[in-house]
Amino acid sequence: MTALQLISHSPEQTQRLGLHLGELAQASDVFLLTGNLGSGKTCLTQGIAWGLGIKEYAFSPSFIIVREYYGRLPLYHIDFYRLDHIEEIVDLGLEEYLYGNGVCVVEWAEKGIGVLPQENLLINLSYISHADRSLSLEPKGERYSQLLKSFSLDLETWS
Amino acid sequence: MPKMPSMIHFCLPPSLNYSICQRQSEFQVVLLTYAIIRSMKILGIETSCDETAAAVVEDGANIMSSIVASQVDIHARYGGIVPEVASRQHLITALPVVESAMAEAKVAWQDIAVIAVTIGPGLAGSLLVGVNVAKAIALAQGLPLIGVNHLEGHIYANWLGHSQPVFPCLCLIVSGGHSDLVLMTGHGQFERLGRTRDDAAGEAFDKGARILGLGYPGGPAIEAAAKGGVPSLPLPRAWLKGSDDFSFSGLKTALLHLVQDKGLLDAPLVAEAAASFQQAIVDVLVTKTMQAAERLGVRQILLAGGVAANKTLGNYITRHSPVPVLIPPPNLCTDNAAMIAACAYYHFQSGKIDGYDIDIVASLSLG
Repeated sequence: MTALQLISHSPEQTQRLGLHLGELAQASDVFLLTGNLGSGKTCLTQGIAWGLGIKEYAFSPSFIIVREYYGRLPLYHIDFYRLDHIEEIVDLGLEEYLYGNGVCVVEWAEKGIGVLPQENLLINLSYISHADRSLSLEPKGERYSQLLKSFSLDLETWS
Repeated sequence: MPKMPSMIHFCLPPSLNYSICQRQSEFQVVLLTYAIIRSMKILGIETSCDETAAAVVEDGANIMSSIVASQVDIHARYGGIVPEVASRQHLITALPVVESAMAEAKVAWQDIAVIAVTIGPGLAGSLLVGVNVAKAIALAQGLPLIGVNHLEGHIYANWLGHSQPVFPCLCLIVSGGHSDLVLMTGHGQFERLGRTRDDAAGEAFDKGARILGLGYPGGPAIEAAAKGGVPSLPLPRAWLKGSDDFSFSGLKTALLHLVQDKGLLDAPLVAEAAASFQQAIVDVLVTKTMQAAERLGVRQILLAGGVAANKTLGNYITRHSPVPVLIPPPNLCTDNAAMIAACAYYHFQSGKIDGYDIDIVASLSLG
């Protein structure tokens, strides 16, 4: 599967898409989120956390860069919002998260794309209108093609 | 001065049990312990984020010294905190800051009863520096070590000086990383009622300031810009009815689109936007805190955290609250080590001492 384009009509719908992704996630999965302020990255991550069986709201980790949650699998919620230089990201020593046994969700991944795992699910979110957001999901690698295939098959059963 | 056996020091309650004083040497130990308990000096160390801080506090209230080496100038270049830069800076400043705190308090190591240190939440690399410095001092001096939750520490800034909070009280902790509403029913007794679902209040200020081109840290920048403006622009408030949680993400997005729609902002419009943005945050924080306070029948409201230094918030909550509101002075709202030492005093009083194997917990929460 090459890519999937979706439109979400509400924050709740974005959370529901995330929840579904979280349910399908496996250990060592890496989801890279790109998109401007207010495009729904944290919203999608909250859903992913719920899909992993985490019972709370995953709130913005901007301040501490990485926040850990523990559900069916650990969730490492990483946020590069504050970082502007690739050297700063390299210096963080995120390898044990990115290549560990949890699920990594990286917000503002565009800032560190060169130093992040080559195989990943790249999700670009963008603002359309007050309530609407577009989501483009692009798999890099076999694992993520499979994941996206299951994800889109399940989406068909939604409607 | 002779070193006292640490176990006796740990176990003695403030009301002394003289029956254990059968031998003169033990009696001396008790006297010494009594003297220390009566005037107990704690060295606090705080390195959870971008301030390296150390303080000596007597009896959980009297600040003998409080040194804060701020990295704000360094991080302002990046528009926010850079973790690796922060931890390297902590390494450079930690020991000089501790030495300054000891010198300013005019105390020697034998005067210190406990070493207290922040173990989380915060930046992992930064927390590690403080915890390792604290462990090293505690081990070298044979002193008990107490790990403190940074959020609990912020609340205990209200015990510093002459104020005496009463229970039950409602604590609003608002900072760059947190917006938590916590019910406190006694020392160390916390129940988290709500917290932010997306951005913390301080983070909303930082992001808002970035959108308005106002620099870092965002809270003081927005507050200063807001002075020249009237809060008249329509910005949304997320009430999340039926929940004590907060949400500031929609507000940030609304500000972004307001700026994008209007194009380049001139100074009066920036002031108006800053005032409107600030008022939206304050409205939500105060209204939701009041609702919880009335529902729970608390006797006081305690403000804590860096955003508690915001004068608009302070004035607004004081004006609207039916119960007294305590707000620490601005230098104790922002990160400092005196609050950590004050909090540790109450841990010690209830016998909560940690081992030398204490570790950091970067994602620690409260209640």
